[in-house]
Amino acid sequence: MSTAVIPVEAKPRTTYLNAGQTLKSWLLTLDHKRIGILYLISVTFFFLVGGIYATLIRLELLTPQGDLVSAQTYNKLFTQHGITMVFFFLIPSIPAVFGNFLLPIMIGAKDVAFPRLNLLSWYVFMTGALFASYAMFAGGVDTGWTFYPPYSTNYANTYVIATGLGIFIAGFSSILTGLNFIVTIHTMRAPGMTWFRLPLFVWAQYATSLIQILGTPVLAITLLLVALERTVGIGIFDPRLGGDPVLFQHLFWFYSHPAVYIMVLPSMGVVSEIIATFSRKPIFGYKFVAFSSLAIAIVGFLVWGHHLFTSSQSVYAGMLFSLLSYAVAIPSAIKVFNWTATLYRGSISYDAPMLYALGFIGLFLIGGLTGLFLAALGLDVHVHDTYFVVAHFHYIMVGGALLAYLGAMHYWWPKMTGRLYPEGWARFAALVVFVGFNLTFFPQFILGYLGMPRRYYTYAPEFQLLHVLSTAGASILAVGFILPAIYLLWSLKKGPIAPADPWLATGLEWRTSSPPPPENFERTPIVTWNAYEFRPQEEAEVIGGGKPDASSLTGE
Amino acid sequence: MPEQASTIAQQVDALFYYWLGITLFFTVLIVAAIILFVVKYRRRAPGEIPRPIFGSMKLETIWIVIPFLIAMSLFVWGAKVYFAQYRIPKDALDIYVVGKQWMWKMQHPTGQREINELHVPMGRKIRLTMTTEDVIHSFYIPDFRVKMDVVPGRYTQMWFEATKPGRYHLFCAEYCGMNHSRMTGTVIVMRPDEYQAWLSGNTSQLSPAQQGEQLFQTLGCTTCHLNGGRDAGGRGPQLAGIFGKPVQLEGGQTVVADENYLRESILNPSAKIVAGYSAIMPTYQGQVSEEQLLQLIAYIKSLSPQSGNAAMTSANAAQAASSPNGQRR
Amino acid sequence: MAQSEVTAQHAIAHHPALAHHFENMEQQREASTLGMWVFLITEIMFFGGLFLAYSIYRSWYPQVFAEASHHLDILLGGINTVVLITSSLTMALAVYHSQVGNRGKLVLFLILTMLLGLTFLGIKVIEYSHKFHDGLIPGIHFHYEGPHPQQAQIFFWLYFAMTGLHALHMIIGVSILAFLIYFAWRGRYSPEYHSPVEISGLYWHFVDIVWIFLFPLLYLVGFHVKG
Repeated sequence: MSTAVIPVEAKPRTTYLNAGQTLKSWLLTLDHKRIGILYLISVTFFFLVGGIYATLIRLELLTPQGDLVSAQTYNKLFTQHGITMVFFFLIPSIPAVFGNFLLPIMIGAKDVAFPRLNLLSWYVFMTGALFASYAMFAGGVDTGWTFYPPYSTNYANTYVIATGLGIFIAGFSSILTGLNFIVTIHTMRAPGMTWFRLPLFVWAQYATSLIQILGTPVLAITLLLVALERTVGIGIFDPRLGGDPVLFQHLFWFYSHPAVYIMVLPSMGVVSEIIATFSRKPIFGYKFVAFSSLAIAIVGFLVWGHHLFTSSQSVYAGMLFSLLSYAVAIPSAIKVFNWTATLYRGSISYDAPMLYALGFIGLFLIGGLTGLFLAALGLDVHVHDTYFVVAHFHYIMVGGALLAYLGAMHYWWPKMTGRLYPEGWARFAALVVFVGFNLTFFPQFILGYLGMPRRYYTYAPEFQLLHVLSTAGASILAVGFILPAIYLLWSLKKGPIAPADPWLATGLEWRTSSPPPPENFERTPIVTWNAYEFRPQEEAEVIGGGKPDASSLTGE
Repeated sequence: MPEQASTIAQQVDALFYYWLGITLFFTVLIVAAIILFVVKYRRRAPGEIPRPIFGSMKLETIWIVIPFLIAMSLFVWGAKVYFAQYRIPKDALDIYVVGKQWMWKMQHPTGQREINELHVPMGRKIRLTMTTEDVIHSFYIPDFRVKMDVVPGRYTQMWFEATKPGRYHLFCAEYCGMNHSRMTGTVIVMRPDEYQAWLSGNTSQLSPAQQGEQLFQTLGCTTCHLNGGRDAGGRGPQLAGIFGKPVQLEGGQTVVADENYLRESILNPSAKIVAGYSAIMPTYQGQVSEEQLLQLIAYIKSLSPQSGNAAMTSANAAQAASSPNGQRR
Repeated sequence: MAQSEVTAQHAIAHHPALAHHFENMEQQREASTLGMWVFLITEIMFFGGLFLAYSIYRSWYPQVFAEASHHLDILLGGINTVVLITSSLTMALAVYHSQVGNRGKLVLFLILTMLLGLTFLGIKVIEYSHKFHDGLIPGIHFHYEGPHPQQAQIFFWLYFAMTGLHALHMIIGVSILAFLIYFAWRGRYSPEYHSPVEISGLYWHFVDIVWIFLFPLLYLVGFHVKG
């Protein structure tokens, strides 16, 4: 990493950060980069909220009896933890923050196709968040994030409708973002930026957007039906009125299983970028990695029934969904193998983003392979709705998506803020997160196979040891999250000035200054090279933010 | 590892160990490769740029085909175990389960009722027919490796055969509201002789089939459902011998008269009309509880000679008849 | 993507309607058309949930659905179908005249489309009020003569949910038309810049097509089963 960075500019050049200083200039901005930052602040806040819920859950589970909070409160805690993390952190995290910030720059565009719609998405998201937060403050919701009827429709006496409405509204933000990205990728690519020159992050975003536009409307209509059922009793999910509660599960998982890929596909994109940059090699099997994203997005829509193996669906339906679930595992396996092969004969550095990316591969591997336990029909009957499932999806969501989010945060931090973060601290924090994460969630696999059901407030005493281990891990994990919060904020003021390209990376985002000017580039870039064509720094041309400043030429 | 206390447990565990082995193999393989590459090819000079390698069709084929074949082996094996779990045997002891927030109510074929406890004999196939009065629950016995959701408005079935005497956890595995985590119980597996002793020490009620028979009289079902059906002048079809048989419907379809069909015919009689009869039966929705429904069905089942435990039911009839206390919610 | 012309285009003065982040009008038009198509795909999925619920319950209760559909007014529904198909024609003509730059005809056909849309909504209001008088509004006042009132109630729920959602789309469509008429009358659209008319047309046709599915599914299901 660069040490001797010389800030030379006499007068500050215009960047997206200093182009307007008023609050209004942020709240009414049409600049995709500023909207990305707005999302960054919002989702980080919701991550904090979800993290507080998680802390309380882990503390409660220290002992087999319920002694910290009441049963009702505990049920609200895990419900709100799920809802906050899934709908208000994970789903918008990488797409809305890094997608917004980077996607137009990566394809050489000035902005996304519909900047006003983009700003609207953020406001829609915040409106949804407002409803959900209102529900949480007014008394919370205790249905589990899955809202299964008839509990959610006829029995729960908590704020189901307000929360559902919040998710419904936030869903439209997700749809609009997806729509915007698809159109942007199709129509806004710079001259020469052909489909197979796109960075893999863009491919991943494209696949994600497909899921967002196809799946989210189904969730929206499903939640609407739940709200109607609750208010006026339409009977669609109520067996006493001729309806079917299992129909809800089908509709819900038709969205919510692909939603898992909304959370993890962009992470895979991030990991592809980081692995390439820090081993200075093109991603092995570029087309396989690119198309595997699309394959995941498409096949991901056909596997929802694997959440219903014990829900009394027919055994033949179960077999079909199980088979398709294995089909969707293959593209994920392709990615893991190709990332590993990319490292071969590379020039590998151990910067913090790379540590996160390597951690991602390991944890995603475990998360994915344990997912196949769940797809195996006979095994799933035993572990379904136990801590095995909890451990599995946390390996994907936290070990996968969140690690990639942190990796992305470090990797593009110099680009977004114009400052370098402290490398030593960052590597230490990455290590703490990795250790804390495994200690938190590995014991939960064992708990699950021993038969501990999920969403239990009290539990049999023989499970206590593993729960204590898990809580201990969670406290280490918390430290791992607080550390970056501190040093990243510190670096905003005190960090060394970042050059345009601190990593000797290849994407177009590194061909403009750090932070980029409002219009991203001085002129439309004309792309004549493939993604991940690594060249000595002197050959790389900087086409944004004025002349290449001295700092961008000093290299290491 | 949890106790292996049913015939299915070993099969599930074998599958588990198989995939655990493969998981470990691939995890170690990939992690070792990563560590090897990361150490061996660490950056030695700041500006170095390695020779690019773009890919290899051969390798891609290998790591698509091999994982696919391995995954298929898991699929086939998993499906095999699943079929063993969910193919409900015919010659089983019928126990009826009704879940409600937050307890499990069971009734033995000989009439004994239990709450949150289930006594079963070892070495005998047990079939549970389950429903719920309110929300979805899930009947889960970890040491038996069996689980089935209990869904309102329909019957679900599961079976097991316990292999070791002892006390085992019974959990509700589907979140069902405030005291979900307290909707637990114990399954007590006894040797057959002990079980018989337990049964005789607890018999104080009519069997479900007998209670169903009483209900059948008091609800007036006999006025229409005569033996012989239409030919005998009955306005409804004959019910004796109907269970488990295909039924010809108005409009040409056929359905098998299983528990769910009988349930629907009682609660929502005109949904499926038997060919040759008209839709005149009133609904009994709201007039019979979930448990009474199960008793009615048990009675109709007992009218079919093949039904597994008709013999067992009558064996205890004399004993049970002494205490008529059938109606209870 | 137009590559070679990019630099050439830049030299030419910008069209006033060209947003700053687009290179040229062609790109802008392409983006807005694709955007509308993608939006319509999400709309299909949105209605799709209801269509799925409809198909499941209809396959469970075919008889009831057939009988309940007799309570819908096929004549009014039929008239509405004709009205909507005609409005699609006028909308298509409006798009054509925006492409050739015929302002008068553009405004005329937009107004015609809007009037037809309003007619549709008016008839819909009459139908809804009939249902109200007959006590066929599901919920508290539901009163249905015939077997299986509960299952019939599901039919009427689906009827109101699907046609209600469709009517909501019509209301949005009519409001969009109002804007289009205003701007068309002010002469904002030209052969170079008419994508608002074009993509609104796409939206309008989509809403029509949804009705083309709704009409047989809801009004005509009773025909093949004698109720």
